[in-house]
Amino acid sequence: MTINFTIFIQNLLNGLMVGGLYALIAVGYTMVYGILGLINFAFGDIMAMGIYFAYYGSTLIRLNFPFAIAFSLITTAVLGILIDRLAYKPLRNAPRISALITAIGVSFFIESFAVVFFGPNYKPFLDVLEDKTIAFQSFIIGNVYIPKIIFIILGVTAAALVILFLIVYRTKIGMAMRAISADIPTTSLMGINVDMVIGVTFAISSALAALAGVMWALRYPSFYPYTGFVPGLKAFIAAVLGGIGSIGGAVLGGILLGVIEMMLITFFPTLMQYKDAFSFIILIIILLVKPAGLLGKRTVEKV
Amino acid sequence: MTKKAKRDTTLTVLLIIGMIVFLQIANTTFDSYEKQVLSLMAIYGIMAVSLNLVNGITGIFSLGHAGFILLGAYTSALLTIPSEQKIAMFIIQPPSPLIANLHADFLTATILGGLVAAFGAFIIGFPVLRLSGDYLAIASLGFSEVLRIFALNLQSVTNGSLGLKGIPNHTNIWWSWGWLVVTVIFMVSLVKSSYGRALLAIRDNSIAAEAMGINVFKHTLLSFVISAFFAGVSGALYAHWLTTIDPRITTFGPTLTYYVLIMVVLGGLGSITGSVVGAILFAFLMEWLRIFEQPFTLFGRSFPAIQGMRMLVLSVLFVVTMIVWKRGIFGRSELTWDGIINFFKKFGKKADERGVGK
Repeated sequence: MTINFTIFIQNLLNGLMVGGLYALIAVGYTMVYGILGLINFAFGDIMAMGIYFAYYGSTLIRLNFPFAIAFSLITTAVLGILIDRLAYKPLRNAPRISALITAIGVSFFIESFAVVFFGPNYKPFLDVLEDKTIAFQSFIIGNVYIPKIIFIILGVTAAALVILFLIVYRTKIGMAMRAISADIPTTSLMGINVDMVIGVTFAISSALAALAGVMWALRYPSFYPYTGFVPGLKAFIAAVLGGIGSIGGAVLGGILLGVIEMMLITFFPTLMQYKDAFSFIILIIILLVKPAGLLGKRTVEKV
Repeated sequence: MTKKAKRDTTLTVLLIIGMIVFLQIANTTFDSYEKQVLSLMAIYGIMAVSLNLVNGITGIFSLGHAGFILLGAYTSALLTIPSEQKIAMFIIQPPSPLIANLHADFLTATILGGLVAAFGAFIIGFPVLRLSGDYLAIASLGFSEVLRIFALNLQSVTNGSLGLKGIPNHTNIWWSWGWLVVTVIFMVSLVKSSYGRALLAIRDNSIAAEAMGINVFKHTLLSFVISAFFAGVSGALYAHWLTTIDPRITTFGPTLTYYVLIMVVLGGLGSITGSVVGAILFAFLMEWLRIFEQPFTLFGRSFPAIQGMRMLVLSVLFVVTMIVWKRGIFGRSELTWDGIINFFKKFGKKADERGVGK
């Protein structure tokens, strides 16, 4: 089987772009998991709400695109704090499965909420841009089309990650987050307001979700209440692939997953429709072979 | 057989006879919509009871139920749809000769649907059940999505995204309630058997169970396969109730698993009778809340129809159950004859004390 070099490069670029999106979503996922050990099942749906907030910020409140993004980041962060306070906080000491079931309930609630208040139909995200063509413009080098939004997506991902690293490793609140991930009772004995720090974690991860949502919607511009489901699962796979709980791992996992998916399509174009199924198979292989992921720490369960 | 066991058997037989009488009356007096809802209650009941075996009794958290329901639905529907109709329906690609000429009656198709789902669970169980906790949940959800994606794309077997239409409407209240009774009796006897005790031990502490000589993997696989069999049966009944199969996220995807999870959680995770009650309650609420999806009047004011309102109400109910109520209606306990009799005795005593009923 011969693979056209141009197609290979083209798909590699597309893979990087989608991978950057996965990475951005996976980072938010992994933050909450790293600190609370909770799979925030509703994360994909929080991301979808971020898209809705940006869309309505632009079309209803008539904000400029950058302000619409800022509006979406803030409202989604508030949403994240609310979800934590109302749904997850009462279950902090309950079995982990209860928290997971509640997270599923929250996901289901957000989807139904969106259906009721925003309508079940697809909406065109590009209405937020004055010049819609910008999402489709590309540079042409040789025969390779380099879409302009790849720079936006990768640039935003990189910037968000740098800021996140600075917050987690260079600030006091970041230190508190890392302390909570190690041991919650001891952290609270050290005089740290655990609930406040967890709230901040949810705010940051939800804002990241909103940012990822806006980027996602630039790439896949029509969205509906269930938009978050597939990217949410993909981000989870990416986070597990890289080692859940590790921010660097989430980035690596996201980009790897995006590239692997696109390479599958490059080499086996007939399997295109099975792309999503393939990601799950990667997940299961990783869980069986290297459950701690590529960069994760192996934990030993004590009896 | 002790006196109590004899009494319980007699009461159960009486209950089933009473149910048959009720269904017979319902069959002649209810209109077709009410009969449909009555069937749906039992189908949901089978789904909930089978999910409860894995999630409530064995204590492993699987989210793959929709996948097994889907397997049962497709298998049975492909067997009962007449072959000329199949050829007419598969417009993008003709049906593969493998399935084009197959035909079976409804009972055989239902059982085969269950067996195919059970076989699927057997294959999936090997990798998935080696995981634990949240990972198992996501991996099983992943597998149910893989199955759905295959259903969406195996054009010559499943008719792809067009789905299957015109499935004969075989499911009536006799089939659905009959299968529910079979499922419940099977589950109750399973839990009372040594296998069931082993499953409960695994739920409470799998490491201790392993130390006591229980083969944890073999037992969880067994419960996974049995659960999938009944999920497949419910899928077959569901397909012949809906008369169409549409492999989208919102119909045979994770949403369906969430519905079943809501029923089990409402009824009480770990309780078989609770699952049945949860399913009946869920089906009832789903239909009753339809009033919000048509123009309605509340407190003298009229409102327009609200699309998706019933899902919103149910999801709130679900989250509130998890946070506030936690145990659901029955918790882990079963509704037993002893419990009912004691309840009435206590009730009678209270009434006596108050001087009522003398």
